[in-house]
Amino acid sequence: MSEELPKGSVSRRTLLASTASLTGVAATNTLVAPAAVASPAPAVDAATSGQVSLRINGDQHTLTVDNRTSLLDLLREQLGLTGTKKGCDAGACGACTVLVDGRRVNGCLTLARRLDGAEVTTVEGLADGDELHPLQQAFIDHDAFQCGFCTPGQIVSGTACIAEGHTGSAAEIREWMSGNICRCGAYTKIVTAVHQAAGRR
Amino acid sequence: MFPFTYTRPTSTPAALAAGASGGRYIAGGTTLVDLMRETVERPDSVVDIAGLPLGGVTATRGGGLRIGALVSMTDAARHRLVRTAYPVISQALELSASPQLRNMASIGGNILQRTRCTYFRDISAACNKREPGSGCAAREGWNRTHAILGTSQACVATHPSDLAVALTALDATVHLIGSAGTRQVAFGDFLLQPGATPHRENALRPGELITAVEIPAHPRPLSSGYLKVRDRQSYEFALTSAAVALHIDGGVIRTAKVAAGGVGTVPWRLRAVERQLVGRRPTPQLWARAAGHAADGARPLAHNRFKLGLLERTVERQLRVVGGTR
Amino acid sequence: MTQPRNAVGVGHARVEGRLKVTGQAGYAADHNIDGMLHAVIVDATVGRGRITGIDATRAQAQPGVVAVISHLNATRLTYRENPNSNHPPGERLQALQDDRVRFFGQPVAVAVAATLQQAQHAASLVTVAYAAEQPALGLGEGTPNAAESYARGDTTGALAAADVRMTMAYAPARTHHNPMEPHATVAQWDGDRVTVWDKTQWINATQAELASVFDIPRAQVRVVNPYVGGAFGSALRPWPHVIIAALAARMTRRPVKLVLTRRQLYFGTGYRPAYDYRITLGADRRGRLTAMEHTIRAETSSYEDFREAVTAAGESLYSMPNVRIDYRSVALDVNTPIWKRGPGPATAAFAIEVALDELAHRVGVDPVELRLRNEPEKDEGSGLPFSTRRLRECLTTGAREIGWQRRARPGTRRDGDWLIGIGMAAGNYHTVSAPAQARVRLNADGTAFVETASSDMGPGTYTSMTQVAADALGLTLDTVQMRLGDSLYPPTPPHGGSMTMASIGTAVLNGSDTVRRQAIDLAVKDRNSPLYGTAPDKIVVRAGRLTVRDQPGRADTYERLLARNNRDHLEAVGSYTPNDAGQRFSMSAYAATFAEVAVDASLGLIRIRKLVGVYDAGRIVNPRLAESQAIGGMVGGIGAALLEHTVTDVRDGRIVNANLADYLVPVNADVPDLKAVYLNGEDPHMVSLGVKGLGEVVHVGVAPAIANAVFNATGRRVRSLPITVEALQ
Repeated sequence: MSEELPKGSVSRRTLLASTASLTGVAATNTLVAPAAVASPAPAVDAATSGQVSLRINGDQHTLTVDNRTSLLDLLREQLGLTGTKKGCDAGACGACTVLVDGRRVNGCLTLARRLDGAEVTTVEGLADGDELHPLQQAFIDHDAFQCGFCTPGQIVSGTACIAEGHTGSAAEIREWMSGNICRCGAYTKIVTAVHQAAGRR
Repeated sequence: MFPFTYTRPTSTPAALAAGASGGRYIAGGTTLVDLMRETVERPDSVVDIAGLPLGGVTATRGGGLRIGALVSMTDAARHRLVRTAYPVISQALELSASPQLRNMASIGGNILQRTRCTYFRDISAACNKREPGSGCAAREGWNRTHAILGTSQACVATHPSDLAVALTALDATVHLIGSAGTRQVAFGDFLLQPGATPHRENALRPGELITAVEIPAHPRPLSSGYLKVRDRQSYEFALTSAAVALHIDGGVIRTAKVAAGGVGTVPWRLRAVERQLVGRRPTPQLWARAAGHAADGARPLAHNRFKLGLLERTVERQLRVVGGTR
Repeated sequence: MTQPRNAVGVGHARVEGRLKVTGQAGYAADHNIDGMLHAVIVDATVGRGRITGIDATRAQAQPGVVAVISHLNATRLTYRENPNSNHPPGERLQALQDDRVRFFGQPVAVAVAATLQQAQHAASLVTVAYAAEQPALGLGEGTPNAAESYARGDTTGALAAADVRMTMAYAPARTHHNPMEPHATVAQWDGDRVTVWDKTQWINATQAELASVFDIPRAQVRVVNPYVGGAFGSALRPWPHVIIAALAARMTRRPVKLVLTRRQLYFGTGYRPAYDYRITLGADRRGRLTAMEHTIRAETSSYEDFREAVTAAGESLYSMPNVRIDYRSVALDVNTPIWKRGPGPATAAFAIEVALDELAHRVGVDPVELRLRNEPEKDEGSGLPFSTRRLRECLTTGAREIGWQRRARPGTRRDGDWLIGIGMAAGNYHTVSAPAQARVRLNADGTAFVETASSDMGPGTYTSMTQVAADALGLTLDTVQMRLGDSLYPPTPPHGGSMTMASIGTAVLNGSDTVRRQAIDLAVKDRNSPLYGTAPDKIVVRAGRLTVRDQPGRADTYERLLARNNRDHLEAVGSYTPNDAGQRFSMSAYAATFAEVAVDASLGLIRIRKLVGVYDAGRIVNPRLAESQAIGGMVGGIGAALLEHTVTDVRDGRIVNANLADYLVPVNADVPDLKAVYLNGEDPHMVSLGVKGLGEVVHVGVAPAIANAVFNATGRRVRSLPITVEALQ
């Protein structure tokens, strides 16, 4: 490979672009704001935040949220419902799967502000008291997880897969559960668990 | 993500007014939110159109089909009218993304989804589509998944939609509404090849909304289907794909509609293939001969030369599957 | 006397299963603290060079932003020498301490704000200017480091004289672990004491590193991590973000949560390096190996010399008189690699097992038979006898399970559009163990708990350890609580390398045995116990009930015993120290993996139809969990064989597929019928539990088995990974 970067190369252009934007600023030695200055509560811009009223696992919540907040971050960082996981934050893994009005969606790509009046179900809302949802029990029975990190998304997705009726065969379950990545590789057992829970309906 | 204001108009005129003043429409949000998080998209104002009356799948008087822009991919794919009359649409939809994303994403948004080009999605890379005049990092970079058809010096990014490939094959029309009224654009004219202006991706005028796509009536019986070739068996964009619709009557192919995905900067209508088919009897030899024209005019890059042959064989396979010869 | 074995060997469901299926298991990023700030890292956008300016003005003006920290204003950190955190030789990266950029994506600043949204936005507004240099990327570009060499016999002479001589170059791609849980650290200081909730496979390594970097005693660092969302090796050492989180918390005097984005995992944590692995082999016409020469090159960073046990298989997997190995890492402008599942052997097996398949084809010998013909009687690398080696049985069992007799000549078996092929590969992973400790406490109510610092990233450590403790204590599973993942608990070795069961399991066994014996001693000396005066070795404990063998009527219970003796608990710290078995025996777990694949004859798509793995892994503590490990190892192997490839832009070191839509890992639809068979047995030499470790070996031979099956299906030999449609055009 030559010493010179090819024309149109990424880094050179990037370098030029960022150097240009620094004109007149020249290597600002930025200082850390003293902690005392930091406001204890999030400073929120009223124009770019707003109110949303929704039900989560049967509980009514009325909240002020930054418009940028995803449903996933709302659950995890504001409401302490950390069962729903962030695996990629880009709709490419399914770890954040929750039900919105009964349909499975990626919480990471759902803006919380859009959920006014919505009914959200997370993994924390599946069991009936101490009685596990049949699919939760099936996951335990068939060892359909190892590390457990994708498991909440798998189970929520699985309940929807069953409700949608996509459980006619192992192949059908495999396809309709392919929106949930399991890196530990428990797929065959996830299929068995979904199949078992579907049969109990 | 940059801060933005959020409004949720409940009527189309209100939405158009918000759009006319620079608001970015959000429907399913699966593309927009993702790109906003990458700061590729930085709208000041987001206009939520989910509450607008742009749903519904209906048969048109002419025997075609109209799918509302806000119908979810899931609902469109499973709709009885779509499944029975245009399996190629149902299949293209169900081979897209994941069940979760299909529940969220809308038909209109699917057509407008933006490229998966890694350099487009990475704001530290040069990209004429994202930042006109900055260059194209993909041309000399990693371009395995990039386009071989419809490329320009400025851009080689692939259009990612499967649905759009089916709609291209079926001569669909896009219904639009703007502050100046409604209009219709043929699908083939709606998505734009990059040329020197890759940031211009479609024929939408500022503030315009897609209200529906309409698929015209086709002569019956019509066999149609979609084949998607990819490394992974699910949850992946196409390396190559083929949408095929054939009307065979009296043992002769009367009409042939063929389009390819994963290979073009826009969904690629394969008219040269169609010309080889029309008026001839379906045979394996015909499929091979016709598919031999699938990559006509293609210009491969360093890492996607394999798409030339793969496209031909994808089209050949799907002609055989839809044409029903062994 | 020995305790009855009621729990060990039984396929109990995971003891933490309920927590995991209800979302109650707390991973690092699930930890929230009042007043906690969020930190987001800014990464370098050049592959090598120096930072010439950082402008954080806009970022700091945003609502909620508390700090933007870079080398310009970061506290100077001590970075004492630290041999206890798995750092490879070299100089580890010092987070935000200087202006040098060593690789694309290196952390160069961190934005800290009240909310995650604010921190993300602020990070995106930080502008960094660089004096960029051309990075060295790709194995042909960098400087090879000193060789790790091995030789026996006269390889040059033997190759020259061989009836059959073959030279091949294999190129497995760089791959990333991509655990579902992104690496995350929550840090909180209290004066000069820091607590971190950190995704790690080695609590004590994170602890040692924070102590060394911040120059405080280890006792002032607490690391907590009860659940790990998969890691596969990626969390075996603390990466710069761990330090950055603690630094940000220290500078802002607030608790800080820092979660790497999926993209940042590709730059901010390690990976399995790309290899150039060349083999020249010599054999006779019956396929008996006479010599093998291995020339091995692998990526490492410019600042650390990462190595793994990639030479072991070449030294001793097969019998041959002549071997020469030259293994060098190549210093490149990349971040440092790290061990990934089956580190070393997985890579070597791809080269060696495909090479053997090539030899089998060349000489016309069945690939299974070829391996049987080259089976060694002892470890020819070390000269040591095998403790146990049942690879022959793995091979013959696997052949039966897959239906090996159906295998046809390459490219001749067809099912419609699909070409069908069957292939196989063998493999081993050396049995490893290291010193470990575990605290065992028997409570007055007859329950017990066990504490040990080890993590559980998914293999089922909570469950298997509970089983070991329950049997040794004579308790039922539900009365023993396993506590893991806290540096306040007794120290353990890394949770990796398949050493957890042997090392920590033995410490748990030892501590539990000690506590049981304490109780028995108490009973036989207690005049009020029905067991008074009994010889201790006549007493067994079941379900908390101490009885005399042959006299079931004479019984006491833990609960009554402790109450009578005014003891609120009995406690012991069990320990494990490896014995000298490793000097006397060659110890490995073995595997034979068989694959049946279908390849679309015109499209080149590859579909797995069936995988069978047969394992000689010693005693299986929990068959249910062991099966899950095995099928997981196979799924990982499907990824390595067909999908996974970290792609670097050679112009600047940018990883262009640093996300889960472009870096493909298997999804459910990719995974068909998988079958795992563990041979019954145990290895008596190293640890009394008889285990050999299984998390690695189940992954080792999967990719070559698939590659060999693709050859059998198509007649096309592919020597690089992953095998994608391009290779089969």
